[in-house]
Amino acid sequence: MRHIISILMENEAGALSRVAGLFSARGYNIESLCVAPTHDESLSRLTLVTSGDEQVIEQIVKQLNKLIDVVKVQDMADTAHIERELMLVKLQAFDAVREEVYRLADIFRGQIIDVTESSYTVQLVGPGNKLDAFIDALGSIPVVEIVRSGALGISRGPRGMLVPEV
Amino acid sequence: MELSGGEILVECLKSEGVDTVFGYPGGAVLHIYDALFQQEEVQHVLVRHEQGAVHMADGFARATGKPGVVLVTSGPGATNAVTGIATAHMDSIPLVVFTGQVHSALIGNDAFQEVDNVGITRPCVKHNFMVKDVSEMAETIKKAFYVATTGRPGPVVVDIPKDVTDPKVKIPFEYPEKVAMRSYQPTEKGHSGQIRKAVDLIVNAERPMIYTGGGVVLGRAGDELTHFTQKLGYPITQTLMGLGAYPSSDKQHLGMLGMHGTYEANMGMHHCDVLIAIGARFDDRVTGDLSKFCPHAKIVHVDIDPSSISKNVVVDVPIVGAVKSVLTEMIELVNQAGGAKKTKALEAWWDQIEQWRGMKCLDYKWSDEIIKPQYVVQKLWEVTKGDAFVTSDVGQHQMWAAQYYGFNKPHRWINSGGLGTMGFGLPAALGAKWAHPDEEVACITGEGSIQMCSQELSTALQYNLPVKIVSLNNGYLGMVRQWQEFFYSGRYAMSYMESLPDFVKLAESYGHVGMRIEKPSDVEGALKEAFAMKDRLVFMDFQTDPEENVYPMVPAGAGLNEMILV
Repeated sequence: MRHIISILMENEAGALSRVAGLFSARGYNIESLCVAPTHDESLSRLTLVTSGDEQVIEQIVKQLNKLIDVVKVQDMADTAHIERELMLVKLQAFDAVREEVYRLADIFRGQIIDVTESSYTVQLVGPGNKLDAFIDALGSIPVVEIVRSGALGISRGPRGMLVPEV
Repeated sequence: MELSGGEILVECLKSEGVDTVFGYPGGAVLHIYDALFQQEEVQHVLVRHEQGAVHMADGFARATGKPGVVLVTSGPGATNAVTGIATAHMDSIPLVVFTGQVHSALIGNDAFQEVDNVGITRPCVKHNFMVKDVSEMAETIKKAFYVATTGRPGPVVVDIPKDVTDPKVKIPFEYPEKVAMRSYQPTEKGHSGQIRKAVDLIVNAERPMIYTGGGVVLGRAGDELTHFTQKLGYPITQTLMGLGAYPSSDKQHLGMLGMHGTYEANMGMHHCDVLIAIGARFDDRVTGDLSKFCPHAKIVHVDIDPSSISKNVVVDVPIVGAVKSVLTEMIELVNQAGGAKKTKALEAWWDQIEQWRGMKCLDYKWSDEIIKPQYVVQKLWEVTKGDAFVTSDVGQHQMWAAQYYGFNKPHRWINSGGLGTMGFGLPAALGAKWAHPDEEVACITGEGSIQMCSQELSTALQYNLPVKIVSLNNGYLGMVRQWQEFFYSGRYAMSYMESLPDFVKLAESYGHVGMRIEKPSDVEGALKEAFAMKDRLVFMDFQTDPEENVYPMVPAGAGLNEMILV
């Protein structure tokens, strides 16, 4: 099963490589990985998407917690949450296809953010499966390139990920 | 007090109570060596190879329970140390390893003797740091010792660029009294609800088995384990890493379990109804085929590392906590419950165990002509009254040491169980002897392993560390040969050692005593003679049976009840 795992880490050099190294050393798979600073500059937040059975996910969470720089780990599957991912798609768009792309972007609540005589670039935000559905819906429209940010997750409700006190 | 980075490092070591650093100098650590040279509190042991330094510090740590400290230079100094660091990591041994690094301005430039120490060691340390500024030195070292010695212990590397120890840059020094890390707060105390649940299961067991590992030794919980086990009257088996925490000579002890464990221990594991795992990690050499492991048992697992729990075997009652604290609580609850309840069933269980024990799986064929390696270990036990610190290398001799030297005290059996590092034995023995100059220290080894770190014979002379080397020389890489005999139709690819040195002369050339022992009737006399030479390192080269195998054996991929007996 697919899991989104959120990690708060000390904002130290090499933090990302500790996580990436853990996944490669133990043979866990990473579908996507996203890292950026947070409102607290001592922390960075990693969001990764992985898959595995219950036992594998339990081990992943434990192994992440064992990394000394990791402050907090949350498996988003354990809580009501919102998933979002940003995708940019550059398409060849001539003649009638231009109209089709325009309509599809509208249906998926995307925006066209770059236009040339022969191409459109569409920006789309949503959970991963919505982005996948958009790609499927393109059918025979030729894709030039796709770039995705990887999924982000945040829990629903007023509470955030708690940083343990010292 | 204004100090340079090198001086700060030395002052930090003093504050941590460190009396010895094992190391080897080089360009990037010269400032630190200069600071070490100008004081007397912290001694330095100069090794002959950085791998030896780490194993020595490791042996010191295992023999004392205190963290071992290493200092090596950048580049090859650090890479040579990696095998030692990985060895300590697999066995959860607390070490603080200082590695030199090139000048900060040169990092990333492929400078002379530059290597990414933090990157190279990342997968084989508990944690590592780079000190980027002299102002971070004291706090980083404090954290390094804290992380290495608390929770599940392990090695910590501190990488120090040369400019950080520049003697011209001095700053005010104060060693932090405490360290607090929001991201690292190991659990000591077990969950009381879980402990109660576990004890309920334990006292009602009909066919119980206690299975303990290195965590009991590291957690200094030998007394608690002994009390707990004897109060319940249950059978106990210890892993390779756990030996000595519970006295091997006690009737309730069934010996080691696993691939070369005893028949009674492995059969007990297979047939038990409640398995009480304490400070052990269900390693593949212990469990055999996981699908056949303890098929009838409810499992209680106590470990300080949550990631050890349900990693290989899903357990019924997990308890995260320090074994000493959890066992103390368990003992109280067992006492409240009035001890074990199913006395009738337990009698039958012990009858069954005695039948298994009656197979005498550790018996071996005696020979008047050729020395049996097991016999040497048995005689070593007698000559040292079972009270020596014994280190080993890796292979057949390691298993015979574990099987035939009945350890009755913790910290006395020192071997590379997890990584299985040949070359570990001699430097580890020197580290143990350094820590305990008045105790007997023996290194059980083979002619293959000893050659992987034999250069440390020189260190032994320099620092007068008269350990006794018991080499079981069968001319083969014995464990490789055994597997080739069993599983490769006797095709002995590269397992025969030709052109061996004359070990007697080798020992003598380093200023030690060498002995070559060829007859079984000479074994005891040679050992007595060697141990009578209190101030000399004696290298005993026992010519042993080249065809002897380690029995019993659970072949890889089999269940624990599918043992090959002799």
